[in-house]
Amino acid sequence: MGIQRKAIALVSGGLDSMLAVRAMQEQGIHVEGVNFFTGFCVEGHTHAIRKQDQEKQKRNNALWVAERLGIKLHIEDISEEYKDVVLNPRYGYGAHMNPCLDCKIFMVGKANAMLNRARELVADGGFDFIITGEVIGQRPKSQRKDTMPLIARESGAEDRIVRPLCGKNLPATLPEREGWIQRELMYDFSGRNRKPQIALAEKWGLDDYAQPAGGCCFLTDESYSRKLGDLWQARGHREYELDDIMLLKVGRHIRPAPNYKLIVSREEGENNFMEGYRKQFHTLRPISHGGPLTLVDGTPTDDDLLFAARVAARFSQGKHADTMTFQIEPKGGTAFVVSIVPIRPEDFDPKWHI
Amino acid sequence: MSETHQYDARGLLCPLPVIRVQSLVKKLPEGDIVEVVGTDPGILHDIPAWCRVHGHTVLSTEQRGKDYYVTLKVGEKS
Repeated sequence: MGIQRKAIALVSGGLDSMLAVRAMQEQGIHVEGVNFFTGFCVEGHTHAIRKQDQEKQKRNNALWVAERLGIKLHIEDISEEYKDVVLNPRYGYGAHMNPCLDCKIFMVGKANAMLNRARELVADGGFDFIITGEVIGQRPKSQRKDTMPLIARESGAEDRIVRPLCGKNLPATLPEREGWIQRELMYDFSGRNRKPQIALAEKWGLDDYAQPAGGCCFLTDESYSRKLGDLWQARGHREYELDDIMLLKVGRHIRPAPNYKLIVSREEGENNFMEGYRKQFHTLRPISHGGPLTLVDGTPTDDDLLFAARVAARFSQGKHADTMTFQIEPKGGTAFVVSIVPIRPEDFDPKWHI
Repeated sequence: MSETHQYDARGLLCPLPVIRVQSLVKKLPEGDIVEVVGTDPGILHDIPAWCRVHGHTVLSTEQRGKDYYVTLKVGEKS
């Protein structure tokens, strides 16, 4: 009886990685999945924060895929190490702040480190190779014929990385040469056409999966990338903490002046989430009328906070009132109540919206 | 003799509670109990899903006020 070969699969929760795992299971490979948390993941957080999203079906798609395919899934927090990928991408950004090629190299490299660690620990009983759901031509930045060998080389995975969905279009890998898997049972998908994947899913009875090619990373989002760029510009340096990138996902971001910006909650769920940050920011709360919580980030003066309250008033039920009262609580200071005049629409510069 | 451990994941958004519980469970022997409390309702789905794929048993899930609770029993490690 031969050795049971094992593989680690990068599982995003989308259709491609799901099919890639299943394709290897069809060849008798024992697969375990790994899913990386970068801090920029779209689902989960936004659903958890926004009350209007809480009616939607909530599930972690990577875990759901793992359950559906009967594999273990390890979720790894790489948010700290990932900063270097975002801040210093060797191969640059895509259309927005998305360092897709560096990201893929980094993630395959992490999987390769897991593979090597497991091999060291249990000699021949560890993982033998890595699986990804990459398809040549699927993504303009990272999934091209010329980037496939680059990812394999730069990640250190070399010929231990298998792309079952397009493996027939790529040079033979170690698992193929060793006879652990059969090349002819892999696929030759290419391009952005999703029909072959959808047909394969249908064939295997996989009828429920996360929307194909749906952006799962906030860095591919124009609006989010703009807010991140604004954050760096305002602070004068390109760094971030996890809380920074979480807060870019919520509220309206309004910058009336370079030294401060407002984050105005849009609904109850965001309000509750932002309450958790009230000690780390200056806060503005309407008293005389209903309205959202506003956090003020940066180094506002006392006058700036008064002006910020006037701006925040535009998003409250008192926006047409002659005057409103607000509670202002400076960061680390004592809260006080002021009377302000809501800013008039003609005085609100649309360019303040980030 | 199995032990009961508490993990406070309040303020964390999924998947961070799952990741933290995963790290804790890795160090525990089979049969130990872990009681998780969080503020993200997603833990009611994600932690049980994680338990199912790793062979741990969910003993209960519930909401009390604004907090969500999941209690699990550590399964056999493989």
